[in-house]
Amino acid sequence: MIDAEHVTFEYFRRDENGSVTEIVEAVKDLSMQVKAGEFIGILGCNGSGKSTFAKLLSALLQPSEGTITIAGMDTREKEHTWAIRKNAGMVFQNPDNQIIGTTVEEDVAFGPENLGMEPGAIEQRIAEALEAVGMTAYYQQSPGRLSGGQKQRIAIAGILAMHPTCMIFDESTAMLDPKGTKEVMNAVRALNQKQKITILYITHDMEEVVDADRLIVMHQGRLVMEGSPDAVFRKKDELKSYGLTVPWATEVAERLHAAGISCPSVLLHDEELLELICRIAGKGRNNLREAMEPPVAPSSKEDRSSDTEAMVKGLVFHHVSYEYNSKTAYAHMALRDVDLAIHKGEFIGLIGHTGSGKSTLIQHMNGLLKPANGNIFYEGKDIHEKGYSRIYLREKVGLVFQYPEYQLFADTVLEDVSFGPKNLNLPLLEVQQRAFQAIEAVGLEDSVYDLSPFELSGGQKRRVAIAGVLAMKPDFLILDEPTAGLDPVGKKQLLEMLKALHQKGMGILLISHNMEDIAEYAGRILVMEQGKIVLDGRPEDIFYEKEQLQGLGLDIPRTSKLLGQLWEMGYPVNPKRFRMEDTWQELVRLIG
Amino acid sequence: MRDITIGQFYPIESKIHSLDPRTKLAITFFYVSSLILANNKYMYLLAFAALIVYFLLSRVPLGYMARGLRGILIFIVLSVFLNILFTPGDPIFEWGVFHITWQGIRTGCYTLLRILFLVFGASIITYTTTPTKLADGLEQGFQWLKRFRVPVHEVAMMISIAMRFIPILVEELDKIMKAQQARGADFETGNLFRRLKSLFPVILPMFVSAIRRANELALAMDARCYRGGEGRTKLHPLKYERRDRIAYLSLLVYMCGMAILRIWADWEPLWNLA
Repeated sequence: MIDAEHVTFEYFRRDENGSVTEIVEAVKDLSMQVKAGEFIGILGCNGSGKSTFAKLLSALLQPSEGTITIAGMDTREKEHTWAIRKNAGMVFQNPDNQIIGTTVEEDVAFGPENLGMEPGAIEQRIAEALEAVGMTAYYQQSPGRLSGGQKQRIAIAGILAMHPTCMIFDESTAMLDPKGTKEVMNAVRALNQKQKITILYITHDMEEVVDADRLIVMHQGRLVMEGSPDAVFRKKDELKSYGLTVPWATEVAERLHAAGISCPSVLLHDEELLELICRIAGKGRNNLREAMEPPVAPSSKEDRSSDTEAMVKGLVFHHVSYEYNSKTAYAHMALRDVDLAIHKGEFIGLIGHTGSGKSTLIQHMNGLLKPANGNIFYEGKDIHEKGYSRIYLREKVGLVFQYPEYQLFADTVLEDVSFGPKNLNLPLLEVQQRAFQAIEAVGLEDSVYDLSPFELSGGQKRRVAIAGVLAMKPDFLILDEPTAGLDPVGKKQLLEMLKALHQKGMGILLISHNMEDIAEYAGRILVMEQGKIVLDGRPEDIFYEKEQLQGLGLDIPRTSKLLGQLWEMGYPVNPKRFRMEDTWQELVRLIG
Repeated sequence: MRDITIGQFYPIESKIHSLDPRTKLAITFFYVSSLILANNKYMYLLAFAALIVYFLLSRVPLGYMARGLRGILIFIVLSVFLNILFTPGDPIFEWGVFHITWQGIRTGCYTLLRILFLVFGASIITYTTTPTKLADGLEQGFQWLKRFRVPVHEVAMMISIAMRFIPILVEELDKIMKAQQARGADFETGNLFRRLKSLFPVILPMFVSAIRRANELALAMDARCYRGGEGRTKLHPLKYERRDRIAYLSLLVYMCGMAILRIWADWEPLWNLA
C-alpha cells in the first residue's frame, strides 16, 4: 500500500537577502512499509518531522531523496499527484482552517467537485460520508455553529467522500476537548474496521494509539522505533529520551514490575491493570476490609480560611451574571448568579465541558468583561466602581489565554515580554528587570532575548507568551488550557513551572480538560456547568463525586478511578486519594 | 461576536429566494440603472410599484430590512437637507445663505425616494441569496469576462472563502485585543495617533494569524485535489427554471415601461409646441 524507501526531505532556511543560511533536514533516511488495512500510530515530540512525513505521503511535498510509492504510484511523478491525493486523504489539526464550504454539505462536496463528478453522484457521496461519521442531521448547518469534534468529523467526511484507500490524521485531536477527541477516535476506528481504510494516525497522546496495529516513533527526522504497541511501550526510557511517555496503565504496571511484583512487564489498558491488581491482591482474600464507610482522607491542607479574608486580600464574586448578545435573538446566559471567593496563594483547578462558562468567568476576573448583574471585589474594592484603576487590577491578576503564542507581536522576545511592564509606566530599569526575571521563570535561556519570537519552536513561543504575563508580576495567574497542543515533556515542564510559581506564593487558577493534571497540582477544584459553579471543594471530595461528574460529561482522574473501583470491590484502599504518589502508596499497601 | 452574519441572509423560502442568483443580479443591475434614469413622478411611481412587488415576493420582514438602513441614515438625511437648502429657484423661506425653494423641496423628495428605492432594491438580493450562491452567480454570470483574462473562478472562490473566514477572524480579533488588554494595553484613551499606535500589537498578530490560516487552508485545499476551476463540477449547478424566465420577462416589461415614460416626459414639451 505505502512504501517509503530512504526518504529524506530538506528545506532551506534563508536570511533577509535570500541566501541560504541553513539546510534543515526535516526527514532523514526514513524507510517503512504499510500494508492495506493497517492502523499505524506515528509518535514523536513537537518538531520531530512527523507532519512533514505526512505531507510527503499525500504528495503535498516531494522527497529530496528516496522514493515514496502509494498503491504503486511514485509521489514524485506529476501525473500521479491527483490520484495520490485522492487515495491518501489528510485530516489536519485545526478544525477551522480546513473547512472550505459555508455549509456542511458544501464542504463535503468540495473534494468530489474537484474530481469533476456529476451532481447526482456527489450527493450520494455526501450522504454516505456524513452517515459514516454520524453527521447526517447537520448537512445544512453552517460550520461556525458546530463543536470542534463535529468540525473534525466534517473534515473526515470531506476526505471520505473522495473514496480514499488510506487516511492520514495529523494531530487531528490536539485542539479538541475529551468529548470531541472521543467522537473523532470512534469515527477513525469505524473507518478502519468497517471500511478497511488504512490509517496513519499522528499524535503525541499515547492513550490514543494503544490499540494500533503498529507504532512508529520519529525523532529529529529519523524513524527511531518501530513495532507493536507492546514492544514500543516496553521501552519507557528510550521513549522518554525522545520526549514521549507511556500510557498510564503501562507506567503503573512497570513500577509494579520494578518493585519485584510478578506481572507482565507491559500492559496497555486501564481494565487490564485493574484485573492484574485484583489478581495479585485477591490471593489473600483476608485482605478484604470490613467497614463500608470510606476513610476520611488525610487532608494536606487546613480548612480554607474564611471568606472575610478573601474579601480583604483576594478576589470575590458576588451574584455575578453575564449574558452574551443580550437583547438579540442570539442571547445566551454565560454566567448565572456566581458566588465565589478566591484566596491569596491558592492553586485552583477549574473544570467543565466546552461552553460551560469557564472562559467567561476568567474574563471577569481582570475586568475584561463587565458583569450584567452583581459585583466583583479585588482586595475588598469593587473593580467596576468609578475611579478604580483597571491597570492596577490587570497588573495583579494576570490572564493567559488559550494558545497565548498567537498574541506575540514584537521584533524580539525581550521587547515582547516588556510590553506589559511598559504599559504599567514603570522606569526602564524596572521594566527590563521584570522581563529578565519572567523569561528566567519560564525556563528559557538568555540567548533567546534578541531572537524574534516567530523563530522559536511552538513550546518556546508558548513560554514567551506566558512570560509576557508573568512580567506584570501578578499575585494571581489565570491560565486557560496552557498545555493544549504540547508534547508530554513540554506539558510536564509547564506544569512544574506553575507549581514552582505557586510555591513562591502566587495564586494559580488553571483551566484544563486533563483530570490527571488537575489532580496532581490543584488544591481546590471548581466545576462549572451551564454558567454556574456546581461543585467547589477539595479534590478528594470532588473526585469522590464520581456519578455527579460523569453526569456532567466529565471524567475523574485515572488514579481516583482505579482506587474507587478497588474500594467498591471490597479492597482496603482509600478511595479518596488521587495523586500519583499517594495512589502508588495505596497500591503498595494493598499488595505489599 | 461569533454570531455576526455576513451578507445578512434571511433564511426562509420565497419566490425570490428560489430564483437563480444570476437572475437576481440582473434584476439588481437593471433596477438600479432605471432609478438613475428616473426624472419624473410617473417613473418614480412605476419604480415604487415594482419595488413593492419585488419586496412582497421576497417575504423578508420590513423591520429586518429597515435595520440595514440605520448605517446610512446620516448620509440620507444629509443629502436630502443639502438638496433642500441649496437648490436655486423660487424661495418660500430665506435666512442668510439658506433659502428653501419649491424646487429644492421637490429635488429633496426625489433624492430621498431615489436613495430609499436604491438601498431597498439593491439589498433584497443579499437577504435572499446565500453568499455562496451569490459567488456562484457571479462566477457563472461573468463567464464571458474570462475571454479578457479576468480570473472569474478565482475571484468567486476568494469571495466565498472570505465569507467563511470573516466570523472566525472577528472572533480572533476580539481575543487578541483582550489578550493585549490583559497585559495592560489601552485602546480607549489618548489622541488618534496614540490610539492607532496602540493597535499595532493587535494588527501584527492578526496578520500573522491570517497568513498562517491561509497557508493551512491552501494545504487543505491541495490535499482535497483542488486545482482551480478547470474540470471542476458543482454540487448544485446553476440552472434557469421557468420562474427565472418569468422574472426576466417581468424585468423586460418594467424596463420598457420606464423607457416609455422617460421618452414621453422628455418629448412632452415638443408635443406641446406642435
